[in-house]
Amino acid sequence: MSHSKTDHHDSHHHSNPHIEETHDPGHHIVPVKTYVIVILSLMVLLIITLGAAAIDFSAMVPGNPFFAALNIIIAMTIAVIKAVIIILYFMHVRYSSKLVWVFAGAAFYWVVILFVMTLCDYMSRGMTHYPGQYTF
Amino acid sequence: MATKTKVSEHSVAPPPVTTSYQDAHEAHGDHDHGHDDHGPLMHHFDDMVQQRESITIGMWTFLMTEIMMFSGLFFCYAFFRWKFHDAFMLGSQQLDINLGTGNTFVLLASSMTMAMAVHCAQIGDRKKLVAYMIGTLIFGGAFLGIKGIEWSADYHEGMVPHFQAFGSRGNWDETGQTWRTSHHAHEAGLKAGPTPEGYVWDYKHKKPVKSEEVKMYFMLYFCMTGLHAIHMVAGALILLVMILMAMNGHFGNGNDQPIEIFGLYWHFVDIVWVFLFPLLYLIAGFHPGGH
Repeated sequence: MSHSKTDHHDSHHHSNPHIEETHDPGHHIVPVKTYVIVILSLMVLLIITLGAAAIDFSAMVPGNPFFAALNIIIAMTIAVIKAVIIILYFMHVRYSSKLVWVFAGAAFYWVVILFVMTLCDYMSRGMTHYPGQYTF
Repeated sequence: MATKTKVSEHSVAPPPVTTSYQDAHEAHGDHDHGHDDHGPLMHHFDDMVQQRESITIGMWTFLMTEIMMFSGLFFCYAFFRWKFHDAFMLGSQQLDINLGTGNTFVLLASSMTMAMAVHCAQIGDRKKLVAYMIGTLIFGGAFLGIKGIEWSADYHEGMVPHFQAFGSRGNWDETGQTWRTSHHAHEAGLKAGPTPEGYVWDYKHKKPVKSEEVKMYFMLYFCMTGLHAIHMVAGALILLVMILMAMNGHFGNGNDQPIEIFGLYWHFVDIVWVFLFPLLYLIAGFHPGGH
């Protein structure tokens, strides 16, 4: 056992690390083409979010709660898509092990807990009234 | 008695363990783990796969704490935007969307150069690695420069919330119109309506809005962009050190993971801005003067 390990590590030290690392599943080299596609889609999403902000959806159907909230829904959806693209490709999570997926996902899971639990409390106590507030 | 115990302890104690990795290092006569000439494997990991996995998960754990810290502020924003909806719209209209868009563009570009730096480190192209890291530093510096210009304008337009003069130098005052909406309204010949003490006039919705509520928007604006900027400054300083290290021959010979780990931090800071930009700048749309 110990002997075979030594052999394994000796081979690491004697050989070219780049050749070694092609067998390393934790070390995926993302091609430049992927990065170019990613940055172009991020820029396109930036333009789309600006375009969507220039349109006042609440004025289209006055008094409709969905249209009143549509601007922020579109903006946040685009922001989430951008964040997911950055996490998957720039931060290499797509090419990482399941354990890295769990750690990256856990962070956002806690954010959901923070928002859902705290908003449940605020919303159920009627603490957020303002004139013209939408009622669900 | 005491001597006897000591002797027995000695006999029970295992012989000093020499791991196979130490053997491997010793065979090369090298105990210094910071240099490139023996490969990047540290002695407390079994192999490169385990080392990469452990370091990546360690960084994600740190980023988890960062995400939770920022999400506290994001929740605060969500709650007060709901509670003080009209005031947040009015506050958002005071910001310059051009500067915000420019900053988003610059920061996305810096993420691209950082991703390319990681790629160059992985394929072992040290010259391009240094070039892309310098590019990242320049884009990051441009972000902070634009942010500084913006904050300076915010200060001069009376938007800093802790000032007694918050809002009072502008908005409903015919003579001292300093807020951006007031500038545009003044140029368009719009007149403010009846505004009680402690209120500011909302030209878009044609009604007074409580000054204290707009203050909350600017409090969150400065806290969120400020905390983000602190992360940018810290990132830029670490990047500067890493550029100098790369120029001195580090991060070669397969030891590219420090670049990748720093990249994770840089992209995380980018993601925070991806959410800050629409929440702070875009929520009120393009209606600078009110209609």
